Amino acid sequence: MDVGEGLSPTRRRLENGALVLAKASRATPAVTIAASIPAGTAADPPGLTGVAHFLSKVIDRGTASMDAEAIAELLDSRGVSLAATAMRHAFVLSCTCLAEDFSSMLGLIADVMRNPSLPDHEIDTRRGEIVTSIRQDQDNPAVLAVEEQLALLYPDGHPYGRRAKGTIDAVERIDRRALERAHRERFTPAGLVVVAVGDVDPARVVDETSRAFGDWRGRPVEPWVTPPPAPVLERRQRMFQVADKAQADIAYGFNTISRLDPAYYALSVMNNILGQYALGGRLGDNIRERQGMAYYVFSAFEPNLGEGPLVIRAGVNPANVDRTIAAIDEEVRRMAADGVTVEELEASKKYLVGSMPRMLETNAGIATFLQSSEQFGLGMDHDVRLPDLLGAVTLEEVNECARRFLVPGRAAITIAGPNETPAL
Amino acid sequence: MARMSDSPAPRTVFLDNGLKILIQEAHTAPLASVWCWYKVGSRDEAAGCTGVSHWVEHMNFKGTTNIPREKVKGIIEEFGGSWNGYTWIDQTTYLETASRDALDRMLFIEAERMANGLYEPADVESERTVIISELEGGENDPDQVLEMEVNSAAFKAHPYGHPTIGWLSDLERMTRDDLYGYYRRHYLPNNATLVVAGDVDPAEVIRRATDHFGAIPPGAVPVRALSAEPLQLGERRVTVEKPGTTAYLKIAHHAPAATGDGFFPLLIVDAVLTGAKGLNLWSSFRTPPPQRSARLYRALVESRLASAVSGSLLPTADPYLHTVSVTAREGAAPEAVERAAIAEIDRLAREGVTTDELEKAKNQLRARLVFENDSVTNVAHQLGFFETIASVGLFLSAADRIRRVTRDQVAAAAAAALGPNNRTIGWFKPLRPAS
Repeated sequence: MDVGEGLSPTRRRLENGALVLAKASRATPAVTIAASIPAGTAADPPGLTGVAHFLSKVIDRGTASMDAEAIAELLDSRGVSLAATAMRHAFVLSCTCLAEDFSSMLGLIADVMRNPSLPDHEIDTRRGEIVTSIRQDQDNPAVLAVEEQLALLYPDGHPYGRRAKGTIDAVERIDRRALERAHRERFTPAGLVVVAVGDVDPARVVDETSRAFGDWRGRPVEPWVTPPPAPVLERRQRMFQVADKAQADIAYGFNTISRLDPAYYALSVMNNILGQYALGGRLGDNIRERQGMAYYVFSAFEPNLGEGPLVIRAGVNPANVDRTIAAIDEEVRRMAADGVTVEELEASKKYLVGSMPRMLETNAGIATFLQSSEQFGLGMDHDVRLPDLLGAVTLEEVNECARRFLVPGRAAITIAGPNETPAL
Repeated sequence: MARMSDSPAPRTVFLDNGLKILIQEAHTAPLASVWCWYKVGSRDEAAGCTGVSHWVEHMNFKGTTNIPREKVKGIIEEFGGSWNGYTWIDQTTYLETASRDALDRMLFIEAERMANGLYEPADVESERTVIISELEGGENDPDQVLEMEVNSAAFKAHPYGHPTIGWLSDLERMTRDDLYGYYRRHYLPNNATLVVAGDVDPAEVIRRATDHFGAIPPGAVPVRALSAEPLQLGERRVTVEKPGTTAYLKIAHHAPAATGDGFFPLLIVDAVLTGAKGLNLWSSFRTPPPQRSARLYRALVESRLASAVSGSLLPTADPYLHTVSVTAREGAAPEAVERAAIAEIDRLAREGVTTDELEKAKNQLRARLVFENDSVTNVAHQLGFFETIASVGLFLSAADRIRRVTRDQVAAAAAAALGPNNRTIGWFKPLRPAS
């Protein structure tokens, strides 16, 4: 597809409130389907963190009409991996299938989303997998550094600061009743968005989605209000020891804005210059290219429905932790004090606009873009408007973002690594 | 709207200096992907210089005679593009995917990389520590540590046994001249394949490629006699004991090369054991396979002995490995995990697969071959990958070869590969830190 023409997807609202987005692409004889519902991890009740994640592991292990064995055969005989993912706000069922399997996969996704049977023995099997996965995370400095950093940035039970998988203790306590309740309370057609992109006619997508979901009834779900985290007034650093590791992982970040904030595009450009452009932006130039300290160093900007983080990440030898943090401080301070150059601004904007055809080349890429456009209310012509939105970002807007957010004195820093990592 | 499948067969052209060019038109997006493949990988490294292929790959992002160091940043980003590279046992490759308008820029970059790398001593030193950091990052992952041990144990003669990233002592010792000499010996047009896929005109590709690469002189491609791995005579076993939280098991068997008779039947075996992955190292192995009804998934995950199981059979120039990887579930007894895994592998080696399993595996592979060729980047990767390890013809015939695999061939391939004498078993056993 040519970006100049725009995606122009079909968008239809069903009577029960569910929304269908469809885009035909004939490049390959395949279709990507993604059905999302506002039932992500942020909805986990206090004290039972991990319910949404647990539900994602068991929701497709049996329905009112099919047991886990039948679902396994249906998927495996068509070469399809069905993914159930609990994100912060959205709970997503997605797969890519051959075009000839579109109807059966859409039907399966509808059945799984509407009628999960949540068998006890499946719950117990998946519980052990989740516990093992949490134990693996405890031995993974990269995961630990990021999770603990989010806990520092979003404290006091804020939904963005909680571990998606929950604690082992909570996972042990999650039972069928808790999972059924999470499903009953959050899974209703009013918040459902079904996206299908690929070798299938959009009218057929609307028709078949209407048949699969049209008679689903449920009350509207109250929209989430994600509270801003407590304001940060000081720099905080924490060290987490993981025995006998060769490398220490550093996460250094700030709370920023929501995706809906008008500063989103300027902050995206600033982040690109700081820690993305080419091989990790300015951070990559300093820490990897000039000082040779890290194989990976980058920054990630992750705004959401609520205010989200900008996190700088690096993996370095334990002896280089202090030097790396000093280098990050230097780059952060320099960008806030001196701003970015006109050349950097123009190069970054050109890259971000120019990368759109790659982003929208595959069915999965288009589906993700459409789903996100709908979730944040950006409009179905967002792909057409995006180049202008990025193009309009000014030097002053980027520099204002740098001054506002890049304050080393308010950074949250976590380091996870071996015992010999210098204590801070 | 264009379809990938409507595209004509790839066109093959040779320049006078021996450079092979594969061109695949695909007018599905306003993009082009350029890959330059070299027939050099960690199999070509002698003791004392392990990791040199990968380090050379890193150095080839550091500037050339006509792309000074300060001009590297932005050279492809200017076209909205991305670039990257990787090194593995048989190959080193570089890619750019960007707007079709960047075709000339991408070819220029690759020609520079082939002929004019600078290898400034200061860049060699800063990259030494970057690569050691990459190695240390891998050491943080118990699964990677175990894989290194298992591969080393499985190969005692063939250089597939040493890790592509190299041994630490070699990374600490190698000099700028070691790297530059290796680069000059192997980066020759007659040791490379240039692949261009996307929204391009083949005549224009040939014209521009000739402009950029035509004057690069060919050379004598180093031929290094490789020891064939002798027949394994009995089970080998390695155990890694390190602090950790989780136990991991790997079971590796020597497997045929991509051109070996048993390779495609063994792909069926792998799919029946752990679900089909496909054939694209660049894309398919990043998405989980359909495996809920696979034999080892049922025997290990559904039985609550493991939290995850996966299998790996990759197309390689020489016989490599089929490897099963298992994450033991918290609290499961390692002996029970291993017993259950081996029982399934032995049963398949003894009895082969059923007709239904064969059909299911073929359906899975048919779907994966579609999914893994969904972008010009992936299409270009597959052409160059297969040309480097065997031939592009092998890739173009892969779907048909899979379709024609019989139950008898699967049984024969399983019996030949999965026997206990051909097996290396590795355990990562976590030592719980003293509280």
